Amino acid sequence: MKKDTLKVANKILKSRLIVGTGKYKNFKETAEAVKASGADMVTVAIRRINITDKKKPILTDYLNPKKIIYLPNTAGCFNSEEALRTLRLAREMGGWKLVKLEVLGDKKTLFPDMVETVKSTKILVKEGFKVMVYCTDDPLFAKKLEDQGASAIMPLASPIGSGLGLQNKINISLILKQSKVPVIVDAGIGTASDATIAMELGCDGVLINSAIANAKNPVLMAKAFKDAVISGRNSYLAGRMQKNYFAIPSSPKKGII
Amino acid sequence: MAKIQLNGKKILIKSNLTIFQLLKKYKLHNKKIAIEHNGSIVSKTNYKKKYIKNLDKIEIVHFIGGG
Repeated sequence: MKKDTLKVANKILKSRLIVGTGKYKNFKETAEAVKASGADMVTVAIRRINITDKKKPILTDYLNPKKIIYLPNTAGCFNSEEALRTLRLAREMGGWKLVKLEVLGDKKTLFPDMVETVKSTKILVKEGFKVMVYCTDDPLFAKKLEDQGASAIMPLASPIGSGLGLQNKINISLILKQSKVPVIVDAGIGTASDATIAMELGCDGVLINSAIANAKNPVLMAKAFKDAVISGRNSYLAGRMQKNYFAIPSSPKKGII
Repeated sequence: MAKIQLNGKKILIKSNLTIFQLLKKYKLHNKKIAIEHNGSIVSKTNYKKKYIKNLDKIEIVHFIGGG
């Protein structure tokens, strides 16, 4: 059987699970959870370095960017300018061209501002970035992003960090039907079975942070997500049975005594 | 001396320091970082050529955990 991999821009990922690196107790736990998840790619944020405490550990000491793909994000950016500034800095840091764009529009829901998101995608693609784009589950905007050259569409399942799971399967399915680039569900997944549901719908991958980092045992939850994503993918590839309104016996009628 | 703003904090540094010298002072010259000098990104090849003037604003960023 052909190896089932996920191709995003020019990267080939063995795992369809991408994990975030925020909210962990410490870097040791982050590294252990990432390892248990089996992910090839992790999202990272860009912030000011602590100049007063030179001995403070930093992320790159625990997760080697040469061994795992760093996906710089623009978390916390509320307009196009901030997002572009952040990603240009990320590119300068180490040649990262594959990035995750998120332009937030509202502090309470952290829903993306899709007008600014489309605008930013256009500029970034022009500048040579490969952009994976966090977006609402609106098929029309997803199409616009793809038309602007997005490398992956990343619709939310529900608000970031909410753990509410996949709330609009129909919209995600519509996005899947129309997209030629990978569709990776980002944000809102609460537990392993939510990821399975997304994968069974045919999503190309899922991005998880809070559901792992906020679990009582993040390392075990990372492993649960690894298995859940594999199961969901296999289930999608295998093709589920038809749903029927009435029972159909599993044992043959012939030879009943 | 030059009064500059580094990562939002006002600090005093020696006059005529290059970006590279500033990074060395904070032991950041070997770290994975990126620099903005008065709003423009400084490429690594220019760290030794770019001098810091009085009232300049410098931002040094790196990767942290994020979702």
